Amino acid sequence: MNVATDHLVVRYAGQATPALDGVTMEVPTGSLYAILGPNGSGKSTLMRALLGVAPAESGHAMLDGRATATWSREDLARSVGAVGQAESIAFPITVRELVGMGRYPHLSPLAAEGDRDRTAVAAALAACDLLELARRDVTTLSGGEFQRARIARALAQEPRALVLDEPTNSLDVRHQMAILELLRESADRGMTVVLITHSLDLAAQFADHMLLLSEGRVAAEGTPADVLSERILTDVYRWPISVHRDASTGVHTITPLRSGSSAT
Amino acid sequence: MTRWSLGFLLLAALAFSVVFGVRFGSVPLSFIEVAGALTGGGTDIARDIVVGLRLPRTLLGVLVGGGLAMAGATFQALLRNPLAEPYILGVSGGASVGAVLVLAFGWASAGSWALPLAAFIGALVAIVLVFRVATASGRPMDVRVLLLAGVVVAAFFSACIALILSISSARTVQSAVLWIMGSLAGANWRSVVVTAAYTLPACVALMALARPLNLMAVGEDTALYLGADVERVKRRALLIAALITASGVAVAGVIGFVGLVVPHGIRMIVGSDHRALLPLSFLAGATFLTLADLVARVVLAPAEIPIGVITAFVGVPFFLLLLRRSLYAG
Repeated sequence: MNVATDHLVVRYAGQATPALDGVTMEVPTGSLYAILGPNGSGKSTLMRALLGVAPAESGHAMLDGRATATWSREDLARSVGAVGQAESIAFPITVRELVGMGRYPHLSPLAAEGDRDRTAVAAALAACDLLELARRDVTTLSGGEFQRARIARALAQEPRALVLDEPTNSLDVRHQMAILELLRESADRGMTVVLITHSLDLAAQFADHMLLLSEGRVAAEGTPADVLSERILTDVYRWPISVHRDASTGVHTITPLRSGSSAT
Repeated sequence: MTRWSLGFLLLAALAFSVVFGVRFGSVPLSFIEVAGALTGGGTDIARDIVVGLRLPRTLLGVLVGGGLAMAGATFQALLRNPLAEPYILGVSGGASVGAVLVLAFGWASAGSWALPLAAFIGALVAIVLVFRVATASGRPMDVRVLLLAGVVVAAFFSACIALILSISSARTVQSAVLWIMGSLAGANWRSVVVTAAYTLPACVALMALARPLNLMAVGEDTALYLGADVERVKRRALLIAALITASGVAVAGVIGFVGLVVPHGIRMIVGSDHRALLPLSFLAGATFLTLADLVARVVLAPAEIPIGVITAFVGVPFFLLLLRRSLYAG
């Protein structure tokens, strides 16, 4: 699925400066696309615009070339699975019920789950290594398990694109890597994956393309090699940052330097 | 316990409580006399009591109890708040002002319909007021604003009631207080038909919203991402639940506790899938209120205890027990 924006401007009510100010980007189908940027640079707003939740003041956010604002919620949910930054569960539900919610856009209001729905949920549970936790109350899960359950729910939607806002936040190394491996596999199977993250290293390791936002504008876009330059990062994050490229793997590692030292 | 076995259990319990409700009362009647009255035979007095009083009163209990419990489950889901109950939007306050006005000005003599009608209008005024505040300026409806508006509007209505009562006669004050405490004593066939005409279609309409209500448990944003038209679901479900509450308050006064506790109890047993939670709450609320009314009119017969006293006396220990058990089980 093609995910793109064209000179997109989004402004929250009563704000003088727009949250997104003329952002143009395009996510190639079947790639893992990382959206990076400091706090408040507009990453989450961009996600909300791509999902048709934050209305565009001018320009467009588009899915398959059609403005997101013209999609019905159900159509959109059948095509795009989304995992927001935070989620609080109001009432105890099981992991199976949470993941089953992913079938919502595929079911008519009164229909019960059919074989296809059960297959999709089982596949999503398996992909996220949750089969043994299916009957657990989600409010008793660890942070990593809960994130996996939310991603499984998005997979159960059987979407063509996934959009995730900091899914690895507050997870330990193993769980971070497990989630990124899962997203990488999905992208390799043709899923378009848009990943908002603060982890420059994970993005460098897994992403095909990346977008660096700064104060609502595009600071850089392209391959990791294009975007992850010391000059650009130091400029955008307003902090000295050193970038090292591993000669054998070609992967960049990013190290913020101690205050007072200068980037080399 | 599975939802189906609980469903059959509650259905049986409701059937029994309706039979008991018709069978027992302050005037002792045998089963044969009751059966005779129901089939058109028996004495005139027995027919008056059974067909004219007990049967409509019991059926009204079914409708009001079931409706309140279902409305409570809906409010809890939409406001994502386990403390939500049907009166949270000020519906009871508006209805009470309407009823108290009728009592204070002696309009009740115009006919038995005057008081419920005024109460219903008062409830509608409260609903419109709260909704207008929460949906101002074309923004999406914010349930926190809705809650706050409900609390504030309820406080305003309380002040209105206090004002009216402070300049009313002692007799008016007594009947107003009794009305506010809630009672099914005013039941007649007309109130049963009118309440059924409001409550039953509204309950069916709520059932059609069961799946989107499930999504509200994970938050409005996530529900949107999963394909629910959150704004429409919220407005529709809130309005329907408020109307159910309004029709219940109009005919039975402010009966507390059913709408708060019954959905909780059901949730603890079968979980939060509203496709099961809503209908099971209706059955349990109907059973609970019918039995509570039976106790209210039998224990001190021929005097009656306010039904809200019974719902609280029976409901609180039961609920605390459930709460304790579910805490240890979890």
